[in-house]
Amino acid sequence: MGAVPLSAGRGSGAGDRPPGEPRLIGYAYLLPAFAVFFCFVLLPLAHAAYLSLWHWDGLTVATWAGLDNYGDVLSDDELRGAFVHALILLIFYSVLPVLIGLGLAGIMARARVRGLAFFRTILFLPQVIAMVVVAVMWKMIYDPANGALNRALGWVGIPGQSWLGDFSLALPSIGLVATWVYYGLAMVLLTAGVQKIPTSLYDAARVDGAGAFREFLAVTLPALRGEIAVALTLTTIYALRNFDLVYITTHGGPGNATSVPAFQVFTRAFETGQVGSAAAVGITLTAIIFLISLGINRFSERAV
Amino acid sequence: MVLVAGCGAAPGAKTEDTKATPAATVAAKPDIAKAGDVTLTVWDQNVRGGQNKEIEELNQQFMAKYPNVTIKRTAKSFEDLLKTVKLAVSGPDAPDVVQANQGRGTMGEMVKAKLLRPLTDYAKVYGWSDRYSPTLLALNSFSPDGKDFGSGDLYGLSQAGEIVGVFYNKDKVPDPPQTFTTFEESLQQAKDAGDTPIMFGNLEKWPGIHNFESVLGQTADKQAIRDFVFAKEGASFNNPDFTAAATKIKEWVDKGYFNKDFNGTDYDPAWKAFAKGQSPYLIAGTWVTADLEQRMGDKVGFTLMPGVDPDAPVSLGGEDLPWSVTTASKHPDVAAAYIDFLTDANAAKVLVDTDNLPAMKGAPAPASGLSVDVSNAWQKLNDADGVIPYLDYTTPTFYDDISSAIQELLAGKQTPEQFTKGVQEKFDKWAQSR
Repeated sequence: MGAVPLSAGRGSGAGDRPPGEPRLIGYAYLLPAFAVFFCFVLLPLAHAAYLSLWHWDGLTVATWAGLDNYGDVLSDDELRGAFVHALILLIFYSVLPVLIGLGLAGIMARARVRGLAFFRTILFLPQVIAMVVVAVMWKMIYDPANGALNRALGWVGIPGQSWLGDFSLALPSIGLVATWVYYGLAMVLLTAGVQKIPTSLYDAARVDGAGAFREFLAVTLPALRGEIAVALTLTTIYALRNFDLVYITTHGGPGNATSVPAFQVFTRAFETGQVGSAAAVGITLTAIIFLISLGINRFSERAV
Repeated sequence: MVLVAGCGAAPGAKTEDTKATPAATVAAKPDIAKAGDVTLTVWDQNVRGGQNKEIEELNQQFMAKYPNVTIKRTAKSFEDLLKTVKLAVSGPDAPDVVQANQGRGTMGEMVKAKLLRPLTDYAKVYGWSDRYSPTLLALNSFSPDGKDFGSGDLYGLSQAGEIVGVFYNKDKVPDPPQTFTTFEESLQQAKDAGDTPIMFGNLEKWPGIHNFESVLGQTADKQAIRDFVFAKEGASFNNPDFTAAATKIKEWVDKGYFNKDFNGTDYDPAWKAFAKGQSPYLIAGTWVTADLEQRMGDKVGFTLMPGVDPDAPVSLGGEDLPWSVTTASKHPDVAAAYIDFLTDANAAKVLVDTDNLPAMKGAPAPASGLSVDVSNAWQKLNDADGVIPYLDYTTPTFYDDISSAIQELLAGKQTPEQFTKGVQEKFDKWAQSR
């Protein structure tokens, strides 16, 4: 702080402010928004953190648990598995969509296609459909006997799979649905970024003899750092709080192969009467989302 | 609420202090006509065709009989009701009558929290215990502290009976097998003929419980299964008879008696495939009776799981969700009279007329169709006292525990021995914290 000369003077002298305006009034402007934020975000969060310290069935008197519920998150195979699944889903929710989005943005940056808006709309469409609808639709597509996917594979002679029922295929199958939903979001964010890159940079690169790939690495990619960070942050949050997709397609099955933290929060809180444990999972999930988002933002800021 | 919690009180403590253990003390049949103007709030899950018709009809009749009573009905699907009923009953505007699912997950928790009123006194006044078999009454009973399931006070009455049995396609099975051995032979014949013997959709996890337990009823003693579900002293899951059931159903999987991708197949497509004639058998509950009859007409039949001893049938089943009175209700007399009305002889007739299977004794027989098979099976099963309760009643988390474990067993991720051992461990973990 001290190294920045401006900050030393800020706030100390009356001359920094418009005359007659006390400094504290700034906080008063924040108050309405903060009050809402406090009531509907901070208080429930604190309450959840408090609940996570108890063994509570939701109805009768709770007994003190201390950090037991958090211990379970680490030691219980089912819960630990759920967090591992969430991290695997990150690949399908974040990494793949951003890679695909980058590819599409790169193509669109070079070739000014006719009817660009049309294609963009088509590619963005999955993002607009409610997740519940997407899940029901893909459940039908994945149906082993009559699903569209196995039929299409049948035409080219590939034997059909039990996509959602196979222990090793179920999680990637769910992940691919998410990729299908979120690459559109990544693409729109990234093409918007591409459009604001000055064409002079591309001209310069071409003059220097850069090919398409080189051009992408040297011009497009660095300029898109901010957009990539936004896309990664958003999709990471979607990945970690994924509930609807799993709930509708597999209920966490087969076995517990597709169980995720948000699904565990739901079943524990509303079905099996383990409210304290549900709160502990929720708080842990919140912390992980916070840390990963922080990491992504740090990374993008430092690099710019 | 938040502030109270912030002061350091244990969650749930506030509601607990003010509540005495509810008592059952009514001695005579109350006169509802003299109860004054009463609005009875009722939450039920009878949203499907025949069920909805039945309850609408009985509600109308009840209000016609007692013009001073208005019934305010809230209908929710089974899953929605399950997730909201505990919260609703513990809230300030609790309904008077709710359908509280059997078992430790819902009814047990609610009894423990003193949210349900014991109905033992009304049962005496109205003679309810003569209407049901002892097993059916036990399913709706708990000790007042909610610890013992299957005995103690009565907390609700059910209207409809349920059996998980075997539906068969009469074109493929003109003569349904009578014993477990001949049933297995018939499965092998179907397999040899290139058919899928049993259509099975287990994507939603719970159908596996029904298929597994149907087999379990043939390898283990019915009382041993009941004792385990009721968590009686000395009962266990990890024993040779239970492991035998796991071994048997895995053998069926390995022999190809189920469709190949059952763990990835949805429940509805599975029974629809059976209805289209793609398999001779379907193991399912009587709740699909109306749908199957509508699609297959007189081509479909129903039988109990053919028994090792055909004269002593054992089948998974029981009754639908019981109607219970909440402790918050200001009109328990009216609520009890309503439940009495829903389960008397007139109600049994309405149930039959609307294609439901009444759980009560001595209900009139349906005139025709698949319901005749179902009704006969129900009579036979109750005469032999052969009902075994759903395994998922056992502990609050047992539904998750066992349905996941069954998927793993059937996919070969667990051996039968690991399966029974693992399920037992889950049970023991709960038993210790009980």
